[in-house]
Amino acid sequence: MAGTLEFSPDDRYNAFITTCSTAPFTDGALAGTAIAVKDNISTAGIQTTCGSKILKGYVPPYDAYVVELLRQAGAAIVGKTNMDEFGMGTTTETSAFGPTQNPADPSRVPGGSSGGSAAAVAAGLVPMALGTDTGGSIRCPAAFCGIVGLKPTYGRVSRYGLIAYANSLEQIGPMARTVEDVSRLMSVIAWYDPRDSTMLDRPYDHRPTAEIKGLRVGIPEEYFGEGVDPRVAESVRDAIGVLEGLGAETVPVSIPGMRHALAAYYVICTSEASSNLARFDGVRYGPAVDTRKSWHEAYQDLRQEMFGTEVRRRIMLGTFALSAGYAGRYYAKAQVARRNIKEDFERAFCDADIIAGPTMPTTAFRLGEKSDPLSMYLSDILTVPANLAGIPAISVPCGKVDGLPVGLQLMGRQFEDERVVDAAYAYEQEVRA
Amino acid sequence: MITESDIEHIAELADIGISKDEVPEFTTQFNAILDYFEVLDTVEGESAPDAGAVNVFRDDEPRPGLSQEEALANAGSTENGFIKAPRVM
Amino acid sequence: MKTIVGLEIHVQLSTATKLFCGCSTDYRDDEPNTHCCPVCLALPGALPRLNRKAVEYGLKVAKALDMKVLEESEFARKNYFYPDLPKAYQITQYDKPLAVEGTVEIEDDEGHEKIVRITRVHLEEDPGRLVHVAGGSKYSLVDYNRSGIPLLEIVTEPDMRSPQEARRFLNKLRTILEYLGVFDGEREGGLRVDANISLEGSERVEVKNISSYKGVEKALTFEVTRQKNLLRRGQRVARETRHFMEGRGITTSSRSKEEEHDYRYFPEPDLRPLRVADRVATIELPELPVARKNRFMAQYGISLNHARTLTGDPKLADFYEAVAHIDPVLAATWVADTLLGELNYRDMSIAAVPADRIAELLALLRTETITDTAGVQVLREMLDACAAGKPCEPPAMIVEREGLARATGDEFTQVVEKVVAANPQAVEDYRGGKKGALNFLVGQVMKETRGRADPRELGRIVSGYIDTGGV
Repeated sequence: MAGTLEFSPDDRYNAFITTCSTAPFTDGALAGTAIAVKDNISTAGIQTTCGSKILKGYVPPYDAYVVELLRQAGAAIVGKTNMDEFGMGTTTETSAFGPTQNPADPSRVPGGSSGGSAAAVAAGLVPMALGTDTGGSIRCPAAFCGIVGLKPTYGRVSRYGLIAYANSLEQIGPMARTVEDVSRLMSVIAWYDPRDSTMLDRPYDHRPTAEIKGLRVGIPEEYFGEGVDPRVAESVRDAIGVLEGLGAETVPVSIPGMRHALAAYYVICTSEASSNLARFDGVRYGPAVDTRKSWHEAYQDLRQEMFGTEVRRRIMLGTFALSAGYAGRYYAKAQVARRNIKEDFERAFCDADIIAGPTMPTTAFRLGEKSDPLSMYLSDILTVPANLAGIPAISVPCGKVDGLPVGLQLMGRQFEDERVVDAAYAYEQEVRA
Repeated sequence: MITESDIEHIAELADIGISKDEVPEFTTQFNAILDYFEVLDTVEGESAPDAGAVNVFRDDEPRPGLSQEEALANAGSTENGFIKAPRVM
Repeated sequence: MKTIVGLEIHVQLSTATKLFCGCSTDYRDDEPNTHCCPVCLALPGALPRLNRKAVEYGLKVAKALDMKVLEESEFARKNYFYPDLPKAYQITQYDKPLAVEGTVEIEDDEGHEKIVRITRVHLEEDPGRLVHVAGGSKYSLVDYNRSGIPLLEIVTEPDMRSPQEARRFLNKLRTILEYLGVFDGEREGGLRVDANISLEGSERVEVKNISSYKGVEKALTFEVTRQKNLLRRGQRVARETRHFMEGRGITTSSRSKEEEHDYRYFPEPDLRPLRVADRVATIELPELPVARKNRFMAQYGISLNHARTLTGDPKLADFYEAVAHIDPVLAATWVADTLLGELNYRDMSIAAVPADRIAELLALLRTETITDTAGVQVLREMLDACAAGKPCEPPAMIVEREGLARATGDEFTQVVEKVVAANPQAVEDYRGGKKGALNFLVGQVMKETRGRADPRELGRIVSGYIDTGGV
């Protein structure tokens, strides 16, 4: 069974940057399944922009390893989805290709940065999509759009071909309407790739089961504290009640390092980003730099024009955090904070098998609502700890507040992605029935 | 406190152009963010080498790369197989 | 006024592939941008993969220089913008290099052994190559074939006291690297040096961009003179970075804003740390220059000077050992003095010379079938043939063809008679006690026989002939 899939979606929410009107596919586990790929994942022969003007027209000569695996599994890659520029945002509003709207309420953002992938799935344009998650970029839009999204354990999915924002934090992961589909897509993409030196050979080959009797669910007080919309917290507590009804038991746990998490996260991701994004200079790819100027002047002009404001702000923040005289206070401290958080989770996972909380402190924002950068950063507080700790985390829909979806976040031990998938599956099966 | 001239210096280090009228806004935003980052001053503990894999190697065996055509395909401008870049003199 | 010199040497390691990708390092004479892939072109999304052999080569050098390999070392990003640096950061090693604290033994200016301390060695990637188009063009051209070639940076303490010492240190280091088989000294641009030089009590100047062994001595000599002249005129030496202009043999100031670097180093998140200290014990080093030199003197009974010269290049030492069986001392003289001189004159490599033919030549000399003078003639013919890419004839054939066999018997007597008869004044002078007259007569005989007679023997024979009035 091989062929070509015709794809002409009604993209009213601006979920896609690029669509492929005809997408070839082959035989395999995903034969003929339309899959959307976030536009920061390299696709041979298909424009890959990261939502930025600076990569407009860039057609990679190679496939990311996950794309190679998708093609091998027979998937039809039907398009590249919209995103916050280089993943730097929580709303998909910083895209150079215009914001994506939330299919659950078009006056709202879909969340970000994988907002295009989430919207494409939520609107029913594709059954599955790939997103990437550096500090919540899969889970936030999954929660806001009412779909399922998994951030895998760091080192479980190859980053080869993922255009780096913050290398030490990010992973590619599956997004779909059901846990089962998320698990199916994960089984396709989570294979060892020696080209990513930070990977471990721990393939994911799992069919979810709904059996969670005796599962110990840790409830961290920090996930239900200040800044979390009480109605969101209530939905999540209800969902945890459902898990208890299925035989799980809850235990209180604590992640004291949470108070440093957001600052540590933003220092680390902007530091790495400042270095990762330095290569965009209009020489080897992207809109051409003016070669008649001297190099610093030429680069400065191009990067001012082609990078959006948020990207420039984060590059500059990271440059500052690494600069002479400040690296010790910011970058080095953030690394210590990161290790402390990791240890907090290890401790918590002695008492609990998974940890549950809300994915986002609120429901989806109105378009344009988060104009102040710091207030946008603060909304990542519940998702960044999993990235700092490198642990798997899934967001599964758990009801609505004022008609807007809420996400239940389940986190697990490193390389226990299967367990968080099973817990999410058990919940989903129960509430669907 | 970060000053406007600090912002200009950082922009230069990062090779990011910044217009005169953006400087005050960036300065204000930076100060708000850095105020928030101050919480890191209370972090306790020492950094330790991370656990995990070490000595991840590749064998010294040549593999085919890109053709010259592919290597140049995305470049803004080329000349005799070279990629054009801004001048350095 | 004491001169203080420290060096940073960048050596291209002779691996088959680049440091972080599988692209071939054998790019010389190839078209630009034909040895590239997503990694070394810094295409978005590509990730580095560390070449095991480069690490092994680094460890070999560390062991040979008697260094301490760090328990844990790691790669770091050095961030700066320059058109030859595709990622706008260089993957290098910063506060956790591969190894620290080593030594290299050299001769000081008085000929005594001295130690130059090695601060550290670390691995890093070479940037691409910029071509500046002639005629004041307004842009640069970049070739990324060199991008990602593995470099070993070797940093010394400021232990050298003159430009000559610096040159001797570099020669010694190069020899060691060649012995280890980690470096090909004949590759153009394979070794580049930054030198720190100061006069005691004065500011330090860094001279960058020196790309040859001879250049180091030249650049430093220029700097010593320049700095001394400044001080003599009552001016002070500015702490600065200067560039060496190889062609003009001078250094020029590169004072500019670009000098205030803030490289924002941080650990490379795409690579894992190295824990390789325990591998050092398993590394087997080849015989190194000092050991080989000592062995040559003991085993072959040759002089210190010959042993030093012969072991200065592993290929030369191998060559000597291939011909030494004919007669070790004779072979040492011919290889270290005659052959090496002829090679330098022709700018030829020892690799182009067939050892078996030289052994044959040495055999002809040893059996006194030909004289030294004729031997040099034969050698030159052989080398000229090699240099022209022609097959090297056996030396016996050249001797036969050119009639270069030692003159003996009647032929010899006839020439002596003829010369004595033709130069009555010189004979008279000799008889009158002028020693120089004998040398003149001997020279005439040599000329007539085209070097086929042994001059020492000839002196005896000519004087005997005159003294006795006949043969």
